[in-house]
Amino acid sequence: MTVKEELTEGSGEHDGYVPSQRRLDRERYKRARARRATAIGALSTLVTGAVVYLVVVNAPGWPRTKETFFDWGYAREAFPKVLEGLWLNVRLLLVCGAAVLVLGMLIAVARTLRGPVFFPLRVLAAAYTDFFRGLPLIINLMIVVLGVPALRLQGVTVDPVVLGGTALTLTYSAYVAEVFRAGIESVHPSQRAAARSLGLGNRQALRYVVLPQAVRRQVPPLLNDLVSLQKDTGLVSIGGAVDAVRAADIIVGRSLNYTPYIVAGLVFVALTIPMTRFTDWVTARMDRRRAQGGTT
Amino acid sequence: MSDAPVLRMESVRKSFGGSVVLRDVDLEVAPHTVTALIGASGSGKSTLLRCANLLEEIDDGAIWLDDEEITDPRVDQDAVRRRIGVVFQAYNLFPHLTVLENITLAPRRVHGVPRAEAEARARELLERLGLGGKAGEYPDRLSGGQQQRAAIVRALAVRPRLLLLDEITAALDPELVGEVLTVVRGLKDEGMTMVLATHEMGFAREVADQVCFLEGGVVLERGTAEQVFGEPRQERTRRFLRRIVQAGRL
Ligand SMILES: Nc1ncnc2c1ncn2[C@@H]1O[C@H](COP(=O)(O)OP(=O)(O)O)[C@@H](O)[C@H]1O
Ligand SMILES: [Mg+2]
Repeated sequence: MTVKEELTEGSGEHDGYVPSQRRLDRERYKRARARRATAIGALSTLVTGAVVYLVVVNAPGWPRTKETFFDWGYAREAFPKVLEGLWLNVRLLLVCGAAVLVLGMLIAVARTLRGPVFFPLRVLAAAYTDFFRGLPLIINLMIVVLGVPALRLQGVTVDPVVLGGTALTLTYSAYVAEVFRAGIESVHPSQRAAARSLGLGNRQALRYVVLPQAVRRQVPPLLNDLVSLQKDTGLVSIGGAVDAVRAADIIVGRSLNYTPYIVAGLVFVALTIPMTRFTDWVTARMDRRRAQGGTT
Repeated sequence: MSDAPVLRMESVRKSFGGSVVLRDVDLEVAPHTVTALIGASGSGKSTLLRCANLLEEIDDGAIWLDDEEITDPRVDQDAVRRRIGVVFQAYNLFPHLTVLENITLAPRRVHGVPRAEAEARARELLERLGLGGKAGEYPDRLSGGQQQRAAIVRALAVRPRLLLLDEITAALDPELVGEVLTVVRGLKDEGMTMVLATHEMGFAREVADQVCFLEGGVVLERGTAEQVFGEPRQERTRRFLRRIVQAGRL
């Protein structure tokens, strides 16, 4: 706390304390140093920005690039369509996000089950995570979105949105299962022992003692995966579902101008920023608690 | 259930990997008595307690709780554990739950006690152990002594038949040891049957009806506190007690 904070906050004891010259000097020096750091930061940002600008603008192909990627008229045309498409991405995120959390949790729990009875389940869960963590999402999407309709199965949907969402859920469940599993394993065995010694059964110990702690610890990486899922919903466009990317695609196909892609890209970035900021905030808060000696 | 022992161990053997940690251990704990397990670190005190609570599976021998052989593979282990309270050296409170939630978890989820009733009993116990104001706190906001007392309340909340205490003051600052020992003394006065592993020899001498000296997984000497501390028969018990005295713990 600085002298200024202490005085304006007025929370300190009024014990007639007068800050020493040493403290005042120290704080003056710190302020000067902070001002200098800010100035240097601002200057270097400006210089970097200027350099990038000059390099891009003076590139031989810039006039043509500007025309095909940064056309104001096409941007205005694309924006409402892209936004309309984005609604599909948002819905996909909500539905897939929920499905991924549930499925990921089930797989993670299946992997931690002990005893020979659960051997097949354990192996299945392990194989699942290994497979879908390794399989590139784009290939997964193509197989599911393009392959499943080709089978012409009776009663199986060919809706690219549903199939795309399924593919996303398959891949992300594997990621999230690993996050949950790491969380479960990070809970010290003595916690389980304490639960068991109170008479809680295996399942109750998992539900009331282990999982709550595991989930709490893994909130930051989980949010990270959700941010990632949010932008990967854009990949369902490869099956023809009209999301933000596909909406841009349609205009590009007609006009041969790429500005709509830029618009769609910026819209995705804008959508993920609140989520990443939220993730940062949660992470920082948890780090602070841990630094203070909290356990979760 | 007059004078039949609450806990009885017969020829219990337990090993981890290749090393035998308990061999041929016999133990009888009469109702409303306190048994102290003393012995150097690594002598098997914690393992004995963990076996009694079925947290470890024994290799040979048998254990009875109130005439029921609990090492019979057909018994419901969860049901057995419900009748035994355990307090650990490291408290092992659940960090994501408040003190009150820590205490009411087992009564509510295991014994099906309605929430209001479970909370009323928890508050009453907390009050009695001097933690009246701490019900809503999370464990990490409590001092070590308070955490350990909360852990004792948690163990008591299910009205156990037998309480196992594993070096419950070993992790505490010296000035906090007293408050926890006072609680144990109170429990003895109320007639709680307890087995405690401890390094507090003065305390063991004061509260224990029976003292067992363990070394290398064997109960080398047992008797009343007077006997074991006053006139130990075994040379090794004498040596152990001398070391303790030199360390200023007796
Ligand atoms: N889970 C375990 N795996 C392997 N060895 C163990 C385990 N638990 C205890 N031991 C060993 O058993 C011996 C007795 O340990 P313990 O019962 O904790 O002794 P005490 O509580 O008297 O200090 C020690 O040598 C210890 O290393
Ligand atoms: Mg021990």
